[in-house]
Amino acid sequence: MIYLKLLFVFLKIGLFSFGGGYAMIPLIQNEIDANGWMSPAEFVDIISIAEMTPGPIAVNSATFVGYKVAGFLGSLSSTIGVSLPSLILILAVSRFFFKYQETPLNAMIFYGVRPVIAGLIGSAAIFVAKTSIFKNGLTVEVFNSVISKPANVLDFWGIIIFVVSFLALAKFRVHPTLIIAGAGIAGILVNTFVPVR
Amino acid sequence: MNVRIKLKDIFFTFFKIGLFAFGGGYAMIPLIEREIVDKKKWIKKEDISDIIAVSESVPGAIAINSSTFIGYKISGRIGAITAAAGIILPSFIIILAIAMGFSQFGNNPFVQAFFAGIRPAIVALIVIAAINIGKTAIKDRIGMVVAFITVVAVSFFRVHAIFAILSGALFGFLVYRLWPSKVKIILEKKDDRHDLS
Repeated sequence: MIYLKLLFVFLKIGLFSFGGGYAMIPLIQNEIDANGWMSPAEFVDIISIAEMTPGPIAVNSATFVGYKVAGFLGSLSSTIGVSLPSLILILAVSRFFFKYQETPLNAMIFYGVRPVIAGLIGSAAIFVAKTSIFKNGLTVEVFNSVISKPANVLDFWGIIIFVVSFLALAKFRVHPTLIIAGAGIAGILVNTFVPVR
Repeated sequence: MNVRIKLKDIFFTFFKIGLFAFGGGYAMIPLIEREIVDKKKWIKKEDISDIIAVSESVPGAIAINSSTFIGYKISGRIGAITAAAGIILPSFIIILAIAMGFSQFGNNPFVQAFFAGIRPAIVALIVIAAINIGKTAIKDRIGMVVAFITVVAVSFFRVHAIFAILSGALFGFLVYRLWPSKVKIILEKKDDRHDLS
């Protein structure tokens, strides 16, 4: 049954997502691929919407993916699924947490896991870049022709929006919501006034 | 205070936080400080770093983890469930409404151009998140190598994200078991990770 399937898939995603929403993106993408639920571009749209709306990215994308796959009950199943591990584990763990957190073994396991989380977030960035900055995904061809024929593999306007957003965020600390709105408007302007991309 | 009134109060306080928490987990911390620490005085300001520590160490969305933990501190198990429901519901309702509309508007060329413009900005947001998390998660050259291997494995060799996380945990465990001198150095360096609030 699709609802049970969504519940368990998102339960699994919730159980393995350390480090918040972005680290979850490769996990969700794995499941979407395995089940053929939607295209990468559709999933990136969902990430964009999750980013624009309040609330945890995990819940936002679970709700959206669930609705796309199986309607209202689908969204309910996946949202419950992604939230349950938090509820159960926090209730189970919070009482002994501080005693247990300080053990060297625990510290060392996190010493191994934390860089992986950073890497997963990096992979999430590459995943979204594949649908926007790189024209035909990120393949060997990109590395071969990025110097000789950059226009074949790179999206010019995509790079401009990326660089401007990056600087606005990192240097001028503009609020992410404003950046997203600005980028969306830039997208419409480019689409309207630049005939061939 | 009457238990039912208190639960209602918890629910609506977290509902309000969920409604204004753009950008997910960490963006929520200042809201929690204002609503839960300053206004309601349910927890103390010093508790916040503990809450972040627990939320990061347990899998699941940071927003749900921290809400559940705070709810538990205020009013036990039922408080935890109430707070989690409060934080999840705004996202769920908003995303559900958007998902229902998106099937109708998703093919509109303006909407598509809008999202095409947003995608590169999302790449910038995620890259910055990866850098920020990397700063605390990657503590030495080994961490750098682990993060790099993760990016390459997940993005280019389609290694499953869960496998990557488990490998990181195993790596930490093996260092703990086989390389005691290194463990000592790492644990001594254990530092100021949690004063990001």
